[in-house]
Amino acid sequence: MLYTLCFLLFMIGLYCVLVKKNMVKIVIGLAVMEYAVNLFFIMAGYRTNGQAPIISPQDLAGKTEVTANFINTTVDPLPQALVLTSIVIGLGSLALMISLCVRIYEKYGTFDITEIRRLRG
Amino acid sequence: MSYRLPAFIFVPLVTAFVLPLFGKKGKSVAALLANVVTIALLALAISCLGQREVYEVGKWPIPLGINLVLDGLSCLVLVIINIVAASAMLYSTRYMEQYTAKSKYLSLFMLLVTSLNGAVLSGDIFNLFVFLEIASLTSYALVGFGCGDEELEASFKYMVLGEIASMIILFAIALVYANTGALNMAYVSKAIQTRSLNPSLTFALAFFIAGFGLKAALVPFHAWLPDAHSSAPAPVSAMLSGVFIKVLGVYALTRLIFNIFGISIPLGWILIALGVLSMVAGVFLAVGQWDFKRLLAYHSISQMGYVVIGIGMGTLILAQGGDILWASLAILGGLFHLINHAVFKSLLFLTSGSVEMSTGTRQLKQMGGLADKLPFTRATCTIASASIAGVPPFNGFWSKLILVVAAFQSRMFWLAAITVIVSLVTLISFLKVQKYIFLGELPDNLKDVKENKGTMLIAMLFLSGLCIAMGLLLLPAMKDVVLDPAVQVLTDGLGYSSKLIVAQ
Amino acid sequence: MKGMSIIVKTISSWVKILIFLFGIYIIIFGHLTPGGGFAGGVILACSYVLLMLAFGREFAEENLSLPIASKLDCLGALTFALIAILGLVWGGCFFVNFLYQKYLPGEPFRLISAGTIPLSNIAIGIKVGASLFLIVVLLSSFRSNGLAGKKE
Repeated sequence: MLYTLCFLLFMIGLYCVLVKKNMVKIVIGLAVMEYAVNLFFIMAGYRTNGQAPIISPQDLAGKTEVTANFINTTVDPLPQALVLTSIVIGLGSLALMISLCVRIYEKYGTFDITEIRRLRG
Repeated sequence: MSYRLPAFIFVPLVTAFVLPLFGKKGKSVAALLANVVTIALLALAISCLGQREVYEVGKWPIPLGINLVLDGLSCLVLVIINIVAASAMLYSTRYMEQYTAKSKYLSLFMLLVTSLNGAVLSGDIFNLFVFLEIASLTSYALVGFGCGDEELEASFKYMVLGEIASMIILFAIALVYANTGALNMAYVSKAIQTRSLNPSLTFALAFFIAGFGLKAALVPFHAWLPDAHSSAPAPVSAMLSGVFIKVLGVYALTRLIFNIFGISIPLGWILIALGVLSMVAGVFLAVGQWDFKRLLAYHSISQMGYVVIGIGMGTLILAQGGDILWASLAILGGLFHLINHAVFKSLLFLTSGSVEMSTGTRQLKQMGGLADKLPFTRATCTIASASIAGVPPFNGFWSKLILVVAAFQSRMFWLAAITVIVSLVTLISFLKVQKYIFLGELPDNLKDVKENKGTMLIAMLFLSGLCIAMGLLLLPAMKDVVLDPAVQVLTDGLGYSSKLIVAQ
Repeated sequence: MKGMSIIVKTISSWVKILIFLFGIYIIIFGHLTPGGGFAGGVILACSYVLLMLAFGREFAEENLSLPIASKLDCLGALTFALIAILGLVWGGCFFVNFLYQKYLPGEPFRLISAGTIPLSNIAIGIKVGASLFLIVVLLSSFRSNGLAGKKE
């Protein structure tokens, strides 16, 4: 059920990209799509009634092993590491898009995409 | 020798961050360093042909850590990436003097080479996504590099569509992880084989086809390509059109379909349908163009259709249980056309840049009669046009011939007919290009154009030499080393995973 | 770019050093508590952005000038690459955690324990902090009379 809500958020972002005419709103739509995918990825690693995957001294059974109890109760930490990478990538692409928007405003004088159509055919 | 695989990723990455430290006084040293690095990578790639290797980064065993995999298909695409990168870098030492921020261009170009090499070598789906994102972001910045009106508009359009594609691909990766619990390609393949495709995995496959199809500019998803490739500076167009749409589109798609998800009959028909649409729509939209680079960009769409048709035919024949010989032939045709297209399309874009640098315009109607003024450009442009149109001794002819023979042998005569008709229309449009640029009357404002010599000429001559010589790759001695391992990887299909898990 | 009122300027000149210290804490303890290189780098950049918002862009540029930030950016990335290459030289494979396996194993839950991971965190923190500072300063200099500077 929660996964379909994530997908609905993705579709809302996609709707924003397709319908809106202001360039900055299109960028916001892309950012919403990206947050939806990151949220989906983290929720895919969730375990019901799970704990955060941070090791504390009582979870160590020996120098490099963790107890079986730890493995059976924490949520999956791998999607969290992947989403960290994905958020960094999203930050970079958002910075690039915003600077493109600012430059286009300098050249064309408007944020409206229906008036920025010099390349045709 | 064990550090060969990471060197493809590390050497350009370190170069990209060392180059800005040279500053204003060391500009020529920076350009020289960049050239040396790309040529060294080309030599390293050629020395890797015909070998297989698995490299575990950080000595973590396979399902826990990232690994880099070199097999036949990766070798082939790696050699092509480095050929085009070396030529484009040689060309751009002279061409980019027109722009003001050349040092930043060199860093961005090196990052593009890093990410393309990394995407080919990665053995892990998420690592492929990270390198895909780096390549996309650097190419958005490079397309808008001149900061003129049209370049920024083209870059924005390209960026919005490219980011939607990346988000779709990430969603599909999340679905694959949720279903199989692994991200390593071999482990995902094994998990999908032990349980069959449930609806969410089929949904992920559909999202993958859409996302990578958008990066490869197949026809329902091609809208960004004409603007982006025609507004970019010429060496960047050569890299984008010659390598980027192949690595991040077709290579990733074939790796997913053949080695991870497994082939089936509907997939074969989808690929053939996408390929036919791309070929036909691309070439008919290209014939009516009057802007040289836009015409070349539309031809890129149509030639990618050829590659996808070859691979689609191979998929269909293998899934129907037909003769593996004709499936191998179809896949060989597709892959051979992929490498041929990389060479002659980048040569065409480099010649268009040379013409633009000499005459200052890209419109065909404003040029004419440049045959005597630009002799070397004319010779290389004629060679490249003959290659793309499929004239006999050049390399385009051989790959198109293999595709037509494979279509005949698998009884799809309509496909062979469409291929031949599209070739004829390609020939028509390139005859138009030759007539309007090089033959005819010289207009008055172009009376004193000069030929561009120096490194631009070396790069163009190198690529045209490759155009002539690549037909020799079909000799049995060369074919065993270069092309057959690649075809073997694809026809083995799901055997990729068992070889990899045993080989660790 | 103008700054803000005197109250904001006074408070932010006290608070910016605390934010910077917090960023350093998140970076260095990245292998023990949540956080790490990227999050700490963002907080480091935030302290400079606070300076820019409160005092004006020129003051922030005098504090950390743009060429120095650019060099810090490259140095952070090169340090990270150097750690990976040292892993090759002393360990046999790229990115091997050579400090943990050979020289300085340490004990769990102490500050010096995870080998090369804190060093990588520091390199990434410097790089991300410098990059984000550059991005925000350069984007804020696009006023209606245009910009002469680098495009990122």
